[in-house]
Amino acid sequence: CCGLLAALSLHITFSLSLSLSLSLSLSLSLSLSLSLAFCSQDIRNTVGNIPMEWYKDYPHIGYDLDGKKIFKPIRNKDELDEFLDKMENPDYWRTIHDKMTGTDVCLSDEQVDLVHRLQQGKFGDVNFNEYEPAIDFFSNEVMIHPVTNRPADKRSFIPSLIEKEKVGKLVHAIKMGWIKPRRPKETAPQYYDLWAKEDPNAILGRHKMHIPAPKMRLPGHEESYNPPPEYLLTDEERQVWEQQDPDERKLSFLPQKYLSLRAVPAFSRFIQERFERCLDLYLCPRQRKMRVNVNPEDLIPKLPRPRDLQPFPTLQSLVYHGHSSLIRSISISPSGQWLVSGSDDCTVRFWEVCTTRCLKTMEVGGPVKSVAWNPAPSISLVAVSYGENVILVNPGLGDRLICSATDQLISSYEEPEEVKDQQVQWAVPEGKAQEQGQRLILTHPKAVKQVSWHGRGDYLACVMPDDGSSLQVVIHQVSRRRTQNPFHRNKGAVQCVSFHPSRPYFLVATQRYVRVYNLIKQELTKKLMANCKWISSMAVHPGGDNVICGSYDCRLAWFDLDLSTKPYKVLRHHKKALRGVAYHKHYPLFASGSDDGTVIVCHGMVYNDLLQNPLIVPVKVLKGHIITHDLGVLDVAFHPTQPWVFSSGADGTVRLFT
Amino acid sequence: MGGLQKKKYESGSATNYISRNKARKKLSLSLADFRRLCILKGIYPHEPKHKKKVNKGSTAQRTFYLLKDIRFLMHEPIVGKFREYKIFVRKLRKAYGKAEWGTAEKLRGNKPGYKLDHIIKERYPTFIDALRDVDDALSMCFLFSTFPRTGKCHVQTIELCRRLSVEWMNYIITLRSLRKVFLSIKGIYYQAEVLGQIITWLVPYQFAHDHPTDVDYRVMATFTELYTTLLGFINFRLYQTLNLVYPPKVTHSQPAVMLHFDLLSDYLTSALLPFLPPRFAEPRWPPVPRPGGLQEDGEKLAERLKARQDQDRQEKLFEGLKFFLNREVPRESLAFVLRCFGAQVSWDKSLCIGSTYDVTDETITHHVVDRPSLEKQYINRYYVQPQWVYDCVNARMLLPVEDYFVGVTLPPHLSPFVEEKEGDYVPPEKLKLLALQKGERPEQEEEEEEEDNDDSEEEEDEDQSDDEDELKGMEEKQALGKASSVKVTPGEAKPVNRQRAEQEAKAEEKRLAVMMMKKRDKYLYDKIMFGKKRSVREANKMSAKRKALDEASKANKKKKLKK
Repeated sequence: CCGLLAALSLHITFSLSLSLSLSLSLSLSLSLSLSLAFCSQDIRNTVGNIPMEWYKDYPHIGYDLDGKKIFKPIRNKDELDEFLDKMENPDYWRTIHDKMTGTDVCLSDEQVDLVHRLQQGKFGDVNFNEYEPAIDFFSNEVMIHPVTNRPADKRSFIPSLIEKEKVGKLVHAIKMGWIKPRRPKETAPQYYDLWAKEDPNAILGRHKMHIPAPKMRLPGHEESYNPPPEYLLTDEERQVWEQQDPDERKLSFLPQKYLSLRAVPAFSRFIQERFERCLDLYLCPRQRKMRVNVNPEDLIPKLPRPRDLQPFPTLQSLVYHGHSSLIRSISISPSGQWLVSGSDDCTVRFWEVCTTRCLKTMEVGGPVKSVAWNPAPSISLVAVSYGENVILVNPGLGDRLICSATDQLISSYEEPEEVKDQQVQWAVPEGKAQEQGQRLILTHPKAVKQVSWHGRGDYLACVMPDDGSSLQVVIHQVSRRRTQNPFHRNKGAVQCVSFHPSRPYFLVATQRYVRVYNLIKQELTKKLMANCKWISSMAVHPGGDNVICGSYDCRLAWFDLDLSTKPYKVLRHHKKALRGVAYHKHYPLFASGSDDGTVIVCHGMVYNDLLQNPLIVPVKVLKGHIITHDLGVLDVAFHPTQPWVFSSGADGTVRLFT
Repeated sequence: MGGLQKKKYESGSATNYISRNKARKKLSLSLADFRRLCILKGIYPHEPKHKKKVNKGSTAQRTFYLLKDIRFLMHEPIVGKFREYKIFVRKLRKAYGKAEWGTAEKLRGNKPGYKLDHIIKERYPTFIDALRDVDDALSMCFLFSTFPRTGKCHVQTIELCRRLSVEWMNYIITLRSLRKVFLSIKGIYYQAEVLGQIITWLVPYQFAHDHPTDVDYRVMATFTELYTTLLGFINFRLYQTLNLVYPPKVTHSQPAVMLHFDLLSDYLTSALLPFLPPRFAEPRWPPVPRPGGLQEDGEKLAERLKARQDQDRQEKLFEGLKFFLNREVPRESLAFVLRCFGAQVSWDKSLCIGSTYDVTDETITHHVVDRPSLEKQYINRYYVQPQWVYDCVNARMLLPVEDYFVGVTLPPHLSPFVEEKEGDYVPPEKLKLLALQKGERPEQEEEEEEEDNDDSEEEEDEDQSDDEDELKGMEEKQALGKASSVKVTPGEAKPVNRQRAEQEAKAEEKRLAVMMMKKRDKYLYDKIMFGKKRSVREANKMSAKRKALDEASKANKKKKLKK
């Protein structure tokens, strides 16, 4: 059974191949031979070699020799009949459908043979011998008779003109160099010892200029096919990596981990990376970049050790609690025993320095802007400014003699005969205020921001900042209860003023400049450029040669008055705006307080030797104040004799650093 | 007074530079030819210091070349060759258009060509210069040798690249100058030391390339043209130093087999068969002249000697070992690496020619396998994963094989090119490796015990802290109860830590000094410190990540144990 099936299948395949080859290659010749074979009927179709599907929709298939229609044979074979025919008919494989007549034709044995022969590329005729022995007509053997008896042409013995022309053309072309001989093949080896004669002189200047391309970066652990787990990206890192621009990525690829070398796939961007390298090599401008190879320790300037510059305050030792709001101003008595502080809670408090005890509290009619203790040791007076008023207070602390002398001094005032009309009213308080110690009340036309005593203790300068106004600074003489307006015109808003400690100078700080006036000559002596945007505070060295200015843009400018009008040094130590600066009376120290809650104490030594540069060294950063409402330290003041510094802050405390 | 008025852009930097388009016009070359010329001659653009001045006041983006470079290009004979070739192509096209086959044939016979020898000589006046720049050439040749032989580039180029790269590998095997190998996800990095030059190249894994569309193969082909020439001359020189004929003649004992392989596999075979004589006994480089006097010599000489000894030991790393490569491992790479360190290598006969012994050989010491399990195993050999070979090479010693057995989770493969500086993150595996190199044996069990101890100690600590908390609470209660009564208690002197105080003082001193820095110095200082801090931060991040991962894995292990 199996054998039969195999034979069948073989049979089918053969018939298929046969019909295919027939339809493809032999359709024309076969149709001819077929028509010859069936000439007894002679139903030759006269339509010619046309696509037969043109007759698809007609009942006929063409016309015979007489011009009559040849009708299609009635075929009602469907697929099944076809298949049954294929299975049952033993001659099916040699049956072909003739499209021209629409009949099925069974090929005879000779015809099948012919097909086979043609398929094998043989001649159709069986009897044709394609390998007949060849007979040379023209051989090297000279025969006695010529093959042809034709006389020779004339052109065979006359030189050819056409040839001559052609040769002439070639000769001309060679002469002109249009035709070149074939180049001889090169026989030299492709590679040889190129550097056999290395000539050091051959190194041109160009090579010295030439910057060799940097080598490719060597891969790190993260590029490994099996990196340590910490080099793999976490999900978040991967997301970040994917969102980043390809140029911004730190790694140009995602680290991957494969369990074995077998699992490692090809790197998809390999060719691109090589190509990018090529582009870098010929398109990138090259530059020698000097890499700074500096030890950061070497950059730090060598300063004298702070320990060698002692004494200076190092520790916070006392805190003065009591005020409920920020303390804008503090001042120390010339003896150094008492401290006065003025706060926004409308009180002025007097403290004993050593015990932090609040000896006296005085309420005034507004937030206290500024307090200043009279620097003269023989007078016990404190100037307090609030609102538009400045009151002079005799605190009644310390030596009773001095207090009574002060009271006497004030009460001994006699009104002059001609009373000048003044811009400031001088009044003597009465009643409770008198008992509290208030001795004089000066009422100004505008709010007073700062008060400042002259060194002798008789003159008092007040600042009423108002941009461009002629009345910004007034100087009071307490003993004569007289007020002067030293300037007819003020340029800019005055921030603070100060008397020169030893000479008749008066320093006025506007927003950007400090002007030094000579009060006797009544002229401008100097104008100091602070190099900052807005001066907040100013202090003069007790020697009188140096001035420091603190500004709201975090700078502290140190001036040498003899040297220049520009700051000798600008220190940017603080992180936030400076609010107060102060000089020590004896020690070469100055301090600055800032909104960042720190007080920085600097050692500022000026030598008598003019050739030696002044030494300005920060020695201590003092911290302690708590920052409230973005305000830290508001005022600083030095103790007159000890190397101690007081600072008042927005947290309502005064702190003493010793 | 006097003198002509100076005009703008007629002197100075404006005349020193030339834009690309102008340069192209000056050389009268097409852009493609100009590009080719720049690649071949190694001319690169320059970034002028004052771009606007050079650009004659315009701020448009332009590429600038040095005028001197372009002048130098003008005398290049190869420019003439380019033109000749252009003319040749035109003539040929014309001949074909007119159907003048004879003319076309004649033209083809005289096809102009050019050589790059003089350019190589000019770019690299000494051999060492050429060696220094061979990294890219090698990477490119190795890449091109893996290209398919259809499309993209000429078959001759591919075959030439293959030949050159195989010759190079043979040289490296012969002199055993391979130093480091790294399996990256991109490919395999090899680092060799040839005549004192460190040369690194990258070989892609053996896969068909997915040819990208955004790559200009003409540029790559031009580079390859240059690189094959360079590498050919270098190979010639290297072989000459070994007294060998170049190009090497392949002699194979089985000519019958050879017939079935084309030139390529012929070379492939030769790569894996050492056709060069084994190592030379003579020193490979002349002894370095001694600089300085005798005092210097003592230490330096000792150092150098030690380095030399280390190197010799590394070169004989696999000597005496017999390897067999299973069919799934990267044969060429492994054979190359193993032969570089003196091992004998073989593989299955049916895989590729060149196998010298069979699996059944009893003297095989290591069998390199990269599959999860193996059915038939021999007792007297180690079955290791391929990473073992590479890790051994990088560690310069034979690592314990236990971690690399078949089916075992491999330890991480570290890059040998990373040299950790102080403060950088060092993965713990590297530390382990360093310890191994020093001769210490890792003892894992003890570690675990210690860890257990740590846990108990921590618990104790917790207990202590609990006690303290209780005490504090009691104190507070007492304080609340006795708030009204004021009492003076004797104060306790706080112990002053002197060292710490000193350190703090020093730190403050430094902080103050930093405040006094000049603005310029401060900027630089801040930059340096920023960089330092960043690196520290990154290192900390890495170690934290590692710690978390380790803990997670430990917890997993414990869970499994409990189950």
